[in-house]
Amino acid sequence: MIRLIAFLLICALPAHAEEEIVLGLSQDQVAITATFEGSDILVFGAVKRETPIPDKSELGVIVTIAGPDQPVDIWRKDRRVGIWINTDEVEVDAAPSFYAVATSAPMRDVLHHVEDLQYRITTPRTIKAIGGQVSDSVAFMNALIRIRTDEGLYQRLEGAIDLEEDTLFRTAITLPANLTEGTYEARIFLTRNGRVIDEYRTEIPVRKVGLERWLYNLAHNYALLYGLMSLAIAVGAGWGASAIFGMLRR
Amino acid sequence: MQVYLPIAEVSVNAFLLLGIGGLVGILSGMFGVGGGFLITPLLFFIGIPPAVAVATSTNQVVASSFSALLAHLKRKTVDMVMGTVLLIGGLIGSALGVLVFSYLRSLGQVDLLVQLCYVLFLGVIGALMFVESLNAIRRANKPGARVIRRKHGWVHNLPMKMKFRVSGLYISVIPPILVGMFVGVLAAIMGVGGGFIMVPAMIYLLGMPTKVVIGTSLFQIIFVAGFTTVLHATTNHTVDVVLALLLLIGGVIGAQFGTRLGVRMKAEQLRILLATLVLGVCIKLAIDLLIKPTELYSLTAGMP
Repeated sequence: MIRLIAFLLICALPAHAEEEIVLGLSQDQVAITATFEGSDILVFGAVKRETPIPDKSELGVIVTIAGPDQPVDIWRKDRRVGIWINTDEVEVDAAPSFYAVATSAPMRDVLHHVEDLQYRITTPRTIKAIGGQVSDSVAFMNALIRIRTDEGLYQRLEGAIDLEEDTLFRTAITLPANLTEGTYEARIFLTRNGRVIDEYRTEIPVRKVGLERWLYNLAHNYALLYGLMSLAIAVGAGWGASAIFGMLRR
Repeated sequence: MQVYLPIAEVSVNAFLLLGIGGLVGILSGMFGVGGGFLITPLLFFIGIPPAVAVATSTNQVVASSFSALLAHLKRKTVDMVMGTVLLIGGLIGSALGVLVFSYLRSLGQVDLLVQLCYVLFLGVIGALMFVESLNAIRRANKPGARVIRRKHGWVHNLPMKMKFRVSGLYISVIPPILVGMFVGVLAAIMGVGGGFIMVPAMIYLLGMPTKVVIGTSLFQIIFVAGFTTVLHATTNHTVDVVLALLLLIGGVIGAQFGTRLGVRMKAEQLRILLATLVLGVCIKLAIDLLIKPTELYSLTAGMP
């Protein structure tokens, strides 16, 4: 009986065993140092298969990298008594602090919208639970995506994946300098005619290191000490400059 | 050279920060203002998160003010007694200001209030100073038409009189405490040291000589700004010491130059320059409120 159920389960899984992703990353973690200027992550891999390449359907590859989720407040300004002030607000429970999605061909060719809903692949699908008292919350979500795209935090890289011989694929995703710390998730999807046939996930920790780490910890765990240290540096620098200039004048 | 700021979590050009610090330092040495009203908007402009910009600029204000104060101490242009009286008022005021601030925050729209405060106070003070110093320059150019400066007004009829030897005043302590309190309230709401309000208040309300005003203002700003820095560091964790260090290296050097420049200039010229600067910032902020912004939407990200 158990064997039968197991057999049925295996059959029910979507063509999983036929084509699989084998993946490599140029770096498995990102270290934020004092001179961090952003980082390129090279995602490369191959499609492993036991059978010949099916030639009737189109193979597609999608790579996404997502930063940690954050709540975001979106404000819209309106003119009241002659001045522009924030009037409407929409609160988003969780939006990724960074999101890049790269594809091997135009999005509509590699991804069916039903699959997008299920796997949350395109940028609007990654933003969860918009709440607010406005009637046009879509405009707010578009604004969020537009502003973050301008800052390089949201990237839509259609056709940026090189897919060779339906087997080897590679792409480079640029992480900007204004990164938020946390665990980033890389997902790679293999699609046939827009249907997801395999998915691979891995984590890329993004961490401050060295002096950056030490200062951040100090500021959060020993706040008073940190505050007094900042003051001492300020007073010391003020005194130092005065003393040096005093000597120079003599 | 790009530097990643550990608390602000953005990467900025180190030389840009040194330049901003230097510019504000020169101003603080010349006019006795902490420069908070200038440095905070500048930091917003280069993309530092507002909370970090406000908290860190108070730290930078301490450094440049201390550097300038030492130069003034050598020249004996600091009225310690008056400074202490103002400071007592200032600390009471900033405690009140923090309460007002959190009450307004609960109502929402605190950003707008801060902006309107800036426009209103910078506008009124800048305009008053500008007109007054123009008149003073005109008077100075017409010999014989000199007006006696020290009038015997209501300020001199209040009880609790004290002698302020350096300022050459014998007045009640009530007006300086009230001035200190008023500035303290505004400082807490606007996130600045309050020098740009303090300086004209001391000149026009208390009748102190201009040369003493600057050193005295610096003396009390250091304590108010230092108090605010520690408060921000412990409650909000928003003081970025790397950002502060870069700003203050520029700032302390600038302040030394500024003090020397200030000594060479006449009091009226100094005042008219400060008035122009204050009006300039005011007009910039007013335009931002009046003209339709290119991006109507703005984001504030919370902690995960």
